[in-house]
Amino acid sequence: MQFGIFTVGDVTPDPTNGTTPSEGDRIKAMVTIALKAEEVGLDVFATGEHHNPPFVPSSPTTMLGYIAARTERLLLSTATTLITTNDPVKIAEDYAMLQHLAGGRVDLMMGRGNTGPVYPWFGQDIRNGIPLAIENYSLLHKLWRDEVVDWKGRFRTPLQSFTSTPRPLDGVPPFVWHGSIRSPEIAEQAAYYGDGFFANHIFWPKEHTQRMVGLYRERFGHYHGSPDQAIVGLGGQVFMRRNSQDAVREFRPYFDNAPVYGHGPSLEDFTRETPLTVGSPQEVIDRTLGFRDYVGDYQRQLFLIDHAGLPLKVVLEQLDLLGEEVVPVLRKEFAKNRPADVPDAPTHESLVAAAAAAAAAAASAEVVA
Amino acid sequence: MTQRTIAVVSGGLRQPSSSRLLADRLAAATGEELTRLGVTPKIEVIELRDHAHEIVDNLLTGFPGSAFAKVVETVAAADGLVAVSPVFTASYSGLFKSFVDLLPDGSLAGKPILIGATGGTARHSLALDHAMRPLFAYTRSIVVPTGVFAAAEDWAGEEAVERLDKRSRRAAAELAAEVARREPTEIEDPFALRTSFEDLLAGE
Repeated sequence: MQFGIFTVGDVTPDPTNGTTPSEGDRIKAMVTIALKAEEVGLDVFATGEHHNPPFVPSSPTTMLGYIAARTERLLLSTATTLITTNDPVKIAEDYAMLQHLAGGRVDLMMGRGNTGPVYPWFGQDIRNGIPLAIENYSLLHKLWRDEVVDWKGRFRTPLQSFTSTPRPLDGVPPFVWHGSIRSPEIAEQAAYYGDGFFANHIFWPKEHTQRMVGLYRERFGHYHGSPDQAIVGLGGQVFMRRNSQDAVREFRPYFDNAPVYGHGPSLEDFTRETPLTVGSPQEVIDRTLGFRDYVGDYQRQLFLIDHAGLPLKVVLEQLDLLGEEVVPVLRKEFAKNRPADVPDAPTHESLVAAAAAAAAAAASAEVVA
Repeated sequence: MTQRTIAVVSGGLRQPSSSRLLADRLAAATGEELTRLGVTPKIEVIELRDHAHEIVDNLLTGFPGSAFAKVVETVAAADGLVAVSPVFTASYSGLFKSFVDLLPDGSLAGKPILIGATGGTARHSLALDHAMRPLFAYTRSIVVPTGVFAAAEDWAGEEAVERLDKRSRRAAAELAAEVARREPTEIEDPFALRTSFEDLLAGE
């Protein structure tokens, strides 16, 4: 099972002292956080993509390419890549390039984006969110697999004899996750392609996650034989101190003023209603192990630890706790009673091996014929 | 006997509130009319004041807390609705509107609604037809022709009480007739797939 962090990349004033990092500070902090994630033994760093303030990560492959050059092992991903407003041709090119530079340590999570004005800024209409996600991804899927593409659709200029370059590393496209909070069409899309499904699982009640993952598994079974072979990822949001009360006391002002839920429900209400966990490392371990009860054995767990104006120093302390105390226990505990046939999340190496095995099987079938 | 559920939403803020008094009268009258039509009424009363914090929380977070989700579902699942708001500054109260804002898209479509309002004087009575009726036109609901407004003076005096009672009965009879002639409400599952992937790919 893979463990990591995902970041929204918000520039938010620290409510305890009123200071706001500059965009430059925040961008560098995101990089520092990613490097620290590798250092403490996490597997994945995923960045959001946004095209409006107060968010900085508009250019994920630039940031991930830089992080790739400074890490050895860390898997670089997105949360999410806007499949609606980006040109799928550019996504195909950018992430194939990143794949080469990062030696295959790349995957992506597709998302639609929920900010109305971003769509028209990129020539689109939010009311076409689902049709855009479906059409653009079907083109992206093709561009990474077919050398020469003839294509036409509703939302983009047609392509004749187009080849996306560079070709994916070793001829194997990056693994793709599809993220959605409550659109059944996206769970269906992930199942149809045999891709992963990622439930945001922060800011929302667990029932959404349970329903969406259930639907994805059921449809994955329909298309590919077994719901247990589906690839599921979950988000999560935590704040920890060794002592539970210290965690609550320190996090409360950040919670009370946070974008998304600030000035609304109490920390206690929100902790009860959503997967947010504020407390000791042991409480985070217990809560996280409980996720399996409603989604089944899953493949990737990402935590949100750096939003709402939390200072970099505090975020790095969170990473120490995750790396030293939480994730080692989670790895051990999640491995217990895990059926042997539950797959791991695909990596570049496993996809290359699977492609080679498929090619060998096809060749031997030809010989037999 | 068949059964139909009437959700009664009262947006009054005071306790006791005149909106709640009116809502209770309209609910009781609707119950009687349904019974007369051979339908067993089930009345579910929702005082918005009890859910004021949950309403704001839902507006901010985008999802209803688990207890408030049941309130929303009660209204969405009801076969008919009695909706009563106090008139504040020429319209329904902000809390009342916020609650309506949180009902799932389409959940009031085709639903029979009896509108009621309360205010200090009868001069506010047009809020019914200038604010509440258009609101529920937008939600594609079936607002019955008679709306019931109760001013402070309607709660006393033989003639006034009789007039309020008569209007309430007429409105309730209209609501009961609309509810009784319809099939029970079915709630759509928001997580259900409605289009095959082939159709989605084909742009349908």
